[in-house]
Amino acid sequence: MTHPLEAIKNLSTSFKLITKGRWYYAWIAFLLFFILIGVISYMKQFSQGLILTAMRDQVSWGLYISNFTFLVGVAAAAVLLVIPAYLYHFKPIKEIVLFGEMLAITAIVMCMLFIVADIGRPERAWHIMPVIGAMNFPSSLLAWDVLTLNGYLAINIFVVFYVLYNLYMGKEYKMSVIWPIVIISIPWAISIHTVTAFLYNGLSSRQFWNASILAPRFIASALCSGPALMIIIFQIVRKASRVEIADSALFKIAELIAYAMGINLFLFGAEFFKEFYSRSIHLAPMQYLYFGLHGHSNLVIWMWLALIFNITAFILFLRPKTRENFFALNLACVLIILGVYIEKGLGLIVPGFIPDVLGEIYEYNPTSIEKAVTVGIWAAGALIFTLLLKIALPIYTGELRFKPPISEDKYK
Amino acid sequence: MPKEIKNNILQKSCNRRTFLKGAALGLASLAIPIGTSDASIWESFFQKHFREMNEDEIRSVIERLEKEYEKKYKTHFNIKATEPLPGVLYGYGLDISRCIGCRRCVYACVKENNQSRDPQIHWITVLRFKKGEKWVSVLEEAEKYYYPDKVPEDGYFYMPVQCQQCENSPCQRVCPTQATFKQQDGIVVIDYNWCIGCRYCMAACPYGARHFNWGEPRIPKNELNTEVHYLGNRPRYKGVVEKCTFCIQRVRGNPARYPACVEICPVGARKFGNLLDPKSEIRYCIENKRVFRLKEDLNTSPKFYYFFAT
Repeated sequence: MTHPLEAIKNLSTSFKLITKGRWYYAWIAFLLFFILIGVISYMKQFSQGLILTAMRDQVSWGLYISNFTFLVGVAAAAVLLVIPAYLYHFKPIKEIVLFGEMLAITAIVMCMLFIVADIGRPERAWHIMPVIGAMNFPSSLLAWDVLTLNGYLAINIFVVFYVLYNLYMGKEYKMSVIWPIVIISIPWAISIHTVTAFLYNGLSSRQFWNASILAPRFIASALCSGPALMIIIFQIVRKASRVEIADSALFKIAELIAYAMGINLFLFGAEFFKEFYSRSIHLAPMQYLYFGLHGHSNLVIWMWLALIFNITAFILFLRPKTRENFFALNLACVLIILGVYIEKGLGLIVPGFIPDVLGEIYEYNPTSIEKAVTVGIWAAGALIFTLLLKIALPIYTGELRFKPPISEDKYK
Repeated sequence: MPKEIKNNILQKSCNRRTFLKGAALGLASLAIPIGTSDASIWESFFQKHFREMNEDEIRSVIERLEKEYEKKYKTHFNIKATEPLPGVLYGYGLDISRCIGCRRCVYACVKENNQSRDPQIHWITVLRFKKGEKWVSVLEEAEKYYYPDKVPEDGYFYMPVQCQQCENSPCQRVCPTQATFKQQDGIVVIDYNWCIGCRYCMAACPYGARHFNWGEPRIPKNELNTEVHYLGNRPRYKGVVEKCTFCIQRVRGNPARYPACVEICPVGARKFGNLLDPKSEIRYCIENKRVFRLKEDLNTSPKFYYFFAT
């Protein structure tokens, strides 16, 4: 009776129902404008080469890989919602976990776009695939990253579409299907971020990355930025649609962020102490980040800002009084997103290369092309998430349901 | 059942890649006006990894590349794919006590190996250290951009750095596509048609030996070296990584020649030979001089030995 093809047909006729609203189109136009700028800039970069970026042999990764790293964290953070939702049956979060998973899908797609923007020969990307290419598995951590990220993407796409499809068809989704996937997805989310951390961590040539604290810090900071982004998104969703999201869910997430940031700050302190107290030659990148090295201090102001943001946000999230006040909560969310974006973006990638392996200091300042491509990819991410929401929200609220066709002419 | 499988062997010889290649060529021939050589775009797109190609495939790839180079550089390139010689493991020696920091090696290398002049790529970096300052394990005091009127300068010494051809090479370990690999004679090479330009190897290399073609490489026509090796000094592409190969085109030749940097060095600071030959000069240096290798704490096990002869 309820044939999938029929369902798709039904969906497309109902599509008119969900795509309306002046603000919606203004938002889409706004995003398309930045996507266009990004595409034009990327085409320029593609034809002339990465020489249009500020990356050079000394600092061979920059803004693109920084964004990639940050977004892997955002994607992994969906797990923070999954754990209380499914394992502890914390009801208010369970209902909104779907949006966390959609954010994960968006973040992974953005990660892939950033990788494509970064590599010199994107048309050869298939060389990295197993079977058709020559994937260097298990030796290369980048091969692991390809597998884990794609696997995570597949898991999240499956869960989101399975749940939405069943809601749309008016059926209860089966826990026997969801449960095993949830069980896999928790370690998998941890693994995508661990593997990404190991990608840097495994390089003995780069003192700053070659510290075992890197992976734990990655996880801790991911559990700050991703959920903070979700708290903001949930409030927008709540305002813009009929989806009800309980305050208690937001406050619970805020509380979890506080613990994650506490751990992150502790690990940072441990690293800071070790480097500055022992004052070995491995101090140089840290010195560069927080105090400047041989007169080079591009990132110093940013790193201190990030630290202040993170500490302020930590306090705001920790105190029940402030985290349950929406002004303070949102301020803390913005601060923590910015703080982690700086700390885990350029603040992580660039000092891996400063000083470079032959002792040279090359200060990296992203060019306008890099910034434009980056903005374009963020706009593309926002567009993807908006479209996902646009489909998911009406299904979620029950506005959009499959109605078995009674007769053909009803739809004419 | 087994019979059926046996019958399928014929079909099996047409594997997926050949099929894709064929399909793509078919499509290309439809899309592209007859008589153009643009079908080579598809051939180059579907080109296999160097190690997966048999002799015939390598020959046809080289033919195509020679045509492509001829079109681009308006001159004929003689591309070889000479295999490693049996019983050979190359080793390099550099006498720090002799090096005068003249950088003749840098420019001889650029010329021999068709490095891009603009943007400028140098496979050899000469570091200058102040006597008595930190060095070897701390390169922070190293000066790469020194421009005196005359070398050697009083109070300084020099240490050239290039690919150390590590036995335990981090670049090869991290490369996600196996585009960089080590051959039996110990030379770490790159298939420039397989590299995707992710630059993970550059992050992994402790010696700054790997260089990326950030822009379209440019070489004046009269300075091209047209005697090239597929895995060595043939002109590279925008967006791929390159590095020193111990002049693979020379050292595997018949008769073999020294790498260009060894040949040019005016003070004889550079030594090269077969580590497996007990009578080689490099073995003499290792056995009789005080040698060290750069960043030994990283266990990369380079085949590039620094030593002090005097």
